[in-house]
Amino acid sequence: MSAPKTLSRKLGRFLVALPPYGWLLLFFMVPFLIVLKISLSELQAAIPPYKPILEWAEGALPHLHLNFENYSYLFSDELYVLAYLNSLKVAAISTMLTLLIGYPMAYTIARSPARYRNPLLMLVVLPFWTSLLIRVYSWMGILKNEGLLNSLLMGLGIIDSPIQIMETNTAVYIGIVYSYLPYMILPLYATLEKMDLTLLEAAADLGCPPFKAFLKITLPLSMPGIIAGTLLVFIPAVGEFVIPDLLGGPDTLMIGKVIWGEFFDNRDWPVASAVAVAILILLVVPIMLYQRNESRAEAK
Amino acid sequence: MNKRAASLYTVLALGYAFLYLPIVLLVIYSFNASRLVTVWGGFSTHWYAELLHDDKVLDAAWLSLKVAVVTATGATFLGTLASVLLVRFKRYPGSTLFAGMVAAPLVMPEIITGLAMLLMFVAMEQTIGWPAGRSMTTIVIAHITFCLSFVTVVVRSRLAQMDMSLEEAAMDLGARPLKVFLVITLPLIAPALMAGWLLAFTLSVDDLVISSFVTGPSATTLPIVIFSKVRLGVSPEINALASVFVAFVGCAIALGGTLSRKN
Repeated sequence: MSAPKTLSRKLGRFLVALPPYGWLLLFFMVPFLIVLKISLSELQAAIPPYKPILEWAEGALPHLHLNFENYSYLFSDELYVLAYLNSLKVAAISTMLTLLIGYPMAYTIARSPARYRNPLLMLVVLPFWTSLLIRVYSWMGILKNEGLLNSLLMGLGIIDSPIQIMETNTAVYIGIVYSYLPYMILPLYATLEKMDLTLLEAAADLGCPPFKAFLKITLPLSMPGIIAGTLLVFIPAVGEFVIPDLLGGPDTLMIGKVIWGEFFDNRDWPVASAVAVAILILLVVPIMLYQRNESRAEAK
Repeated sequence: MNKRAASLYTVLALGYAFLYLPIVLLVIYSFNASRLVTVWGGFSTHWYAELLHDDKVLDAAWLSLKVAVVTATGATFLGTLASVLLVRFKRYPGSTLFAGMVAAPLVMPEIITGLAMLLMFVAMEQTIGWPAGRSMTTIVIAHITFCLSFVTVVVRSRLAQMDMSLEEAAMDLGARPLKVFLVITLPLIAPALMAGWLLAFTLSVDDLVISSFVTGPSATTLPIVIFSKVRLGVSPEINALASVFVAFVGCAIALGGTLSRKN
C-alpha cells in the first residue's frame, strides 16, 4: 500500500512544481542565455538583425562563430565607459541623498507612539501605488525653466532669472530620491522599530549624551537596514531609464538610456545585448551582497 | 514635547510634503483653463472632456486593464504554487536554482528583463513559429513573469507563518493533500492572495519599459501612450489623465483597506 502512495505523492509534488518551475525556466532563464548568445553574434541587415553563431555546413562539423567584438567595442568607444561611470555616480549620489532624507523619517516613525506608526508608514507607501511615470511627470511641471519652482522663487524675489534644473543631473537626483524613498524607509523602519530601547536608557543613566548614544548604539544597530535600503535603491537606480530620459538632459548619460538607444534607435541588437550582459556583471556583486544581508537577517 | 522631538516631527512633515506636493499640484493644474500648464487661467474641466474624446487613450486604457486582469490572475496562480514549492518542499533537485529565479526579477533592472524577453520571443518565433508577432499575448507573458516574484514574496510569508497543526489534523482524519490544500490552506492564505493579486495588477498597469520592448504595433498600453505624450512636454491633458489615474488608485486602496478591515 505504501509504494503506490509515495508514487502518487511524488507525482502530486511534481505537478505542483511543474507550472512555476517550467514558467521561470522558459521565460526567465532561457531569455538570459539568449541575450548572452546574441551578444556574441554579428550584426547583419536582416530580420532578426544578427547572424547565427552556429553554422551547419554539409558534411562537416558545425562551425562556431564567437564574436567578441561587441565587447571590445564597448571598451573602445568612450560613450559606453562614460555611461557606466556616470550611471554609478548618479546612482551613488542619489542613494546617499535618499539615505539622508529617509533615515530621519524612518527614525521618527519608529519612535512615535505605537498606534501612529502604521498610519504614518502607510502615508510613505501610498504615493508608490500611482504610476512611476506619473510621479516623474509631476516633477517636470515643477522643475522646468518656466515651471512652478522658478515662478515661485522669482515671485518671491529670491532670483532674477530662472535657474536651469530640468535636463541636469540635479533633476535626475530629485527624481530618483522621490521615486525610491519608500524602498529606503521600509527596511530602515523595520530595524529601528525592533531595537531594544533599554540600551539607550542604560547609556543615558551612565551619562552618555543623546547624540553620542545615537552614534554609538542606534546607528550600528540599524546597519542591516541601512545596507538593505541602500542596495534596494542603488541596484535599480543604476539601470534606471524613465527618470534620466524625462528629467535628464542630452548629456545625462546613463546606461539604461544607452541600451534603449542602441535597441530602438540604432537597431543594433548584438551591442544592446553586450551592454545588458555588462550591466549584469556590474550588478552581480551588489545583488549578492543584498542576498547575504537578507539571509543573515533571517537567520537572526 | 521637547525640542528634539519637535525638530524630528518637522523633518517628517517636510518629508511628507515632498512626497505629496507634486501629486497635489498635478491634480490642481489638471483643472486649469489655460493651455500653459504653469499659468493659472481659471477653473475648467475642459481637459477631462477632451480626454473622453481621445480614442487612442481610451483604447490604450482598455488594453491595459485587460492585460492587468489576466496578468494578476496568472501571476497569483503561479506565485501561489511557487510559494508552496519554496515553503513546503524545502530540498529537492534544483531548489537553489528555483529560489534564485524567483528572487532575481525583484532586483533586475527592467530594461534588461524587457530586452531579454523580446529576444526570446523573436527566437521562439523563428524556431517554432509561435508567438506570431508581438501582441497582447507577449505583453501578458512578460508581465506574468516579473509579477510572479512579487506575488510570491507576499504569499510566501503568509504561508510560512501559517499554523501547520490544522493541516496535520485534516491529514490525520484522512483528507488527501489536494483536498487539505483547497479546504484548509487556501482559505487561510486568501488575504495574501488578494494582496498579491492587487500588487500584480498595479505593477502591470504601471509598467512602461518591459511593455515597450515586447509589444508590437497593434498593442499600445496606457503607459506607452502617456510616455510618448510626456516626451513632447508638459500638457494639461496629461495632467487630467494622471489625475484620473490617481483617483482610480485612491479608490482601489480605499476599497482594499475597507475589505481587509472587515476580515
